[in-house]
Amino acid sequence: MRTAPARIALWAFSVLVGLWLIAPTLVVIPLSFTDKASLVFPPSGWSTHWYTNFFTDPRWTEALFSSLQVGALVAVVATALGTAAAIALTRSGSRWVKASYGLLLAPMIVPTVVVAIGVYALFLQYNLLGTLLGFVTAHTVLALPFVIIPVTASLRGFDRRLEDAALICGATRWGAIRQVTLPLIAPGVVSGALFAFVTSFDEVVVSLFIQSPYLQTLPVRMFASVTRDTDPTIAAAATLIIVFTTVLVLAATFATARRNRVR
Amino acid sequence: MTALIEIASPATGGRPRKGAGGRWGWLLLPSLVLLAVLFLVPLGLMVWRSVSEPTPGAANYSWFFTSDVALATLVRTLTVGAVVTLVTLVLSYPYAYLMTVVGARARIWLTLLVLLPFWTSLMVRTFAWVVLLQDSGVVNQILGTVGLGPLQLIRTPTGVVIGMSQVLMPFMVLPLYAVMSGIDRRLLDAAQGMGARPAIAFLRVFVPLSLPGVGAGALTVFITSLGFYVTPALLGSPDQALISQQIFTQVNGLLAWGRGGAMGVVLLAVTLVLLGLVGVVLRLTRGRGGAR
Repeated sequence: MRTAPARIALWAFSVLVGLWLIAPTLVVIPLSFTDKASLVFPPSGWSTHWYTNFFTDPRWTEALFSSLQVGALVAVVATALGTAAAIALTRSGSRWVKASYGLLLAPMIVPTVVVAIGVYALFLQYNLLGTLLGFVTAHTVLALPFVIIPVTASLRGFDRRLEDAALICGATRWGAIRQVTLPLIAPGVVSGALFAFVTSFDEVVVSLFIQSPYLQTLPVRMFASVTRDTDPTIAAAATLIIVFTTVLVLAATFATARRNRVR
Repeated sequence: MTALIEIASPATGGRPRKGAGGRWGWLLLPSLVLLAVLFLVPLGLMVWRSVSEPTPGAANYSWFFTSDVALATLVRTLTVGAVVTLVTLVLSYPYAYLMTVVGARARIWLTLLVLLPFWTSLMVRTFAWVVLLQDSGVVNQILGTVGLGPLQLIRTPTGVVIGMSQVLMPFMVLPLYAVMSGIDRRLLDAAQGMGARPAIAFLRVFVPLSLPGVGAGALTVFITSLGFYVTPALLGSPDQALISQQIFTQVNGLLAWGRGGAMGVVLLAVTLVLLGLVGVVLRLTRGRGGAR
């Protein structure tokens, strides 16, 4: 076994690494409550001024609203498409269906900047820059893998004999899927929807290309703010995002955990 | 995290039934249509523009491979990726090892510390590093107290490496932990029983068995780092740009679609080659069976 000093060194090293891992969170949250108009850490006095600023400045509130709107629509569209795709992927034995699994996950692997310039070229051509339709469709492509993975996992764990039982009892195929399958894989679907929302809510690179002065998402607004201003409203925005996405991801994680228990 | 590991496993789950081939396939259509229009067509457009603008031919590629600036950018991107991979490996290996030897409660805390940054928005984390690394920032205050003096961190490749390593560390810790927790510790006891000192037993038994995790983690981090835009754009400097920043500038700033497209194709090609390597590593991992 490892000797005691080695173990202490290991712990000390890991504590430092852990500190480094949470350092950004440790900085942003207190900084958002600073009373000074600068990004100096640690703050010397406290105030909630920057939150007031965030919620009264239309540039920030509009960006927040756009992000929420795009995210919600992406969650709906990506979940519907992704769930349908996951059903096909787990049930069809055909070779081309299996081959399309890799294709569906490809947006996760291909560098976003590469996807972004292609989408930018396409949107320029069809006047889709800065449109809701443009944002939702582009984000949906990036979010699809994050729906397909948990839903496929749920479907793999699902006992199809339950569906057969419903069929024997006289249900139609769609009736059986709607009333038996979907409720049982619901936790996977819910976590997929939440991940889709978070993917869209966090996305920066594609959004930077397809934004317009009329439609900017929150991360795009933050990007502009980091490069131009030094006002701590951005720290307030960042803290709101941290709180919001943490809650969502925890919810998704719990949904996934429940799914595993359902098995 | 599991997402990246699952890439290599085909969706053969559930129980596809014989003769049911065509019945479900059409449910894929909406996704595939969307993917074709908003993923394949854009990629195709990028490739097309790289060989057609401003003039048809391979001019953009010959520019790329003869331009000192473009090649330096590619080399810098690969170097930063390699350094980030090394840094995350050095920091993650002991951390993941500790995760395998502590009790359940400590392990939950160590896991949470890794997952917290994983969940936090990339934009938020990058902004936080801008604050931490600025000339009068916390890191420089600490360095000043220790006597290492204020250093120029932001707008340098060092700053980019620090930020990117923190952002990418979960992609290293999680596969390492997955592999390490599957290693049979009795092998270490056996080695020591045969007379090996603990350090030797660790180096000659544990480390080789953990290599599949090192490979999977390192390739994931390296590949992901190549495509990073936000972190290098905000923490780095324009004259030390990485390839994604160059692509952005070429297309969005200079409207040089051909050159930007060619750089995109090169980046994509490098990524795909490396991804093929990941596939090989994962297959080797499975082949060893016990290591998972």
